[in-house]
Amino acid sequence: MKILPKKSNGSESSASQKHRLAVSRLETLVPILLIALATIVIMISIGLVLSLIFNTYRFFSLVSLLEFFTSKEWTPLFATPRYGVYPLVVGTILVVAGALTIAVPIGLVTAIFLSEYAPSWLAKTLKPILEILSGIPTIVYGFFAIRVITPFIQALIPETQFYNAASASIAMGFMIVPIVTSLSQDALTSVPEQLRTGGYALGLTKWEVTKGIVFPSARSGVSAAIILAVSRAIGETMIVAIAAGSQPSASWNPFESVMTLTGYIALVSQSDAPEGTTAYYALYAVGLLLFLITLTLNLIGRRFIRRKTGNVNV
Amino acid sequence: MKRSRLSQAALLGMGGLLAACGSLGSISDLEGTIVIDGSSTVYPIMEAVVEEFSKKFPNVDVSIGFSGTGGGFAQFVQGNTDLSNASRPIKTSEATLAQTNGINYHEFLLAYDGITVVVAKNNTWLTDITLAELRALWLPAGDNPATTDIVETNVPPTKWNQVRSTWPDATIQLYGPGTSSGTFDFFTEVITGKVGNSRTDYQPSEDDNVLVQGVAASQYALGYFGYAYYIENTDSLNEVGIKANDSAPAIYPTLETIADGTYTPLSRPLYTYLNTDKFANNEALREFMLFMIDHVKELTDEVGYVSLPETNYESYRSILEDLA
Repeated sequence: MKILPKKSNGSESSASQKHRLAVSRLETLVPILLIALATIVIMISIGLVLSLIFNTYRFFSLVSLLEFFTSKEWTPLFATPRYGVYPLVVGTILVVAGALTIAVPIGLVTAIFLSEYAPSWLAKTLKPILEILSGIPTIVYGFFAIRVITPFIQALIPETQFYNAASASIAMGFMIVPIVTSLSQDALTSVPEQLRTGGYALGLTKWEVTKGIVFPSARSGVSAAIILAVSRAIGETMIVAIAAGSQPSASWNPFESVMTLTGYIALVSQSDAPEGTTAYYALYAVGLLLFLITLTLNLIGRRFIRRKTGNVNV
Repeated sequence: MKRSRLSQAALLGMGGLLAACGSLGSISDLEGTIVIDGSSTVYPIMEAVVEEFSKKFPNVDVSIGFSGTGGGFAQFVQGNTDLSNASRPIKTSEATLAQTNGINYHEFLLAYDGITVVVAKNNTWLTDITLAELRALWLPAGDNPATTDIVETNVPPTKWNQVRSTWPDATIQLYGPGTSSGTFDFFTEVITGKVGNSRTDYQPSEDDNVLVQGVAASQYALGYFGYAYYIENTDSLNEVGIKANDSAPAIYPTLETIADGTYTPLSRPLYTYLNTDKFANNEALREFMLFMIDHVKELTDEVGYVSLPETNYESYRSILEDLA
């Protein structure tokens, strides 16, 4: 306890007594401090959710639930505003589905390689490098999308719009590969070694063991990896705000401009939707919908992870 | 008008800060009140002038409104305002009212507003467009009237050859300013006949750079924004000539055609009207007008309108001297 001032004239016993007193005071203080700080974090979360709920409630006092969920047009800022969330949902699904088509095969193959085939020194080197990918700021992926991916797509399909769902999908796919790989590899690695050796004892080849024993055993961990990646992709904003456009269309064509749930929030919070207007409250309704979707996915993902741990313990 | 209001405010704020740093020594303690109202299109220019002016004359109370050209004149002819901004010349009816109320005024041309329709550099087939075609292109669903013989249905065209049969059978990609933009208001009013009346399935952005990039990247894209932005991007964009009808010549926006009014209807003069009696009796207003003459060209360019030649603004000086 160097922070305690040493008194030169005090006896040693009184000094250690003081020390003990200070320590016990600290011991009672620390939990209070920690509880206070933890409470702040919880209060922030509660506050956020409450503000989402209250403002969404105000939105639905202006616009009917029926309009929100059944109308096929989303034009809150125009002369004749419509508030059908459907085009935003289509845009989101289109981009996320595209991202998964890229990320799931690449991510799983990489995970299988790292867990089953790569020598351990190689796996130990490759995994951190792969995880760096998830540390790249998403704005860089967005820029990469409009500067590299979009021109490439346009060279192949000339009618492609400059801002399009496909380009954002591909960039987002690259972004979530590490999530899929990392979690799936953990699941594959934690499959007990006895299962593999048992397979070999039956005369199976390495690929047969991987395909028939290891992968099925790790299935719930792999599902969790994919679900968490989906959740991450749905919430991703920067890539879609830069590359996917801002045209809420209910079209499933990936080469056209779309608008995602997050894209709408990003766009409108920057332009002027004055407080008190319906377009302003629509931000919260979209935000709450987004929150509920990602919350549900995260809960499902966690369930899968827990089930996986259960399997291993048995 | 060409940028979102937020970034405009930031820009003006920055300019104001610089001006404040530069003119710290010359702050005046002149006091007074100036009341300005009128066109929201002129508002960005006037607001920029006011912002700069307030740095130098912090004790002069300037209020500036944007109740529209007509709304502004309604106040002005009653003698309630010192300056009235307008995006059209004063109407005879308004001038008569001013006369009966004994209000003397002088008109000052401040700038021109011109909207440019653009396509990508590699678009070789779309070089001009008629007003009727533009109207068909931008009218919202359910609003295509019988007067347009191009589109018979109530559905906006989705392929270029539906607008003009010689154009390609390719999907139309449209780019334009967002709904909070003055450009959007003006364009929709001129082209579709009503402010805010626009099809909604286009790519909107308050950031003109986003529009430039989008249009430049596809030969099937078309967009519109302020002339200033086209001038900055002539290497990636082509301007589209506007034809009053099928047989009329295509007019391209240039500083000249915008300034002399031949680039019509997508350009218009912007004015401010000065109450000359108030001018003679209000020292703050006199300082404001002189300040405006010195700075309006630069600030006009900054907010994206077409400014007049320097000599025009200079000529206002002697007019003001006569009025004082």
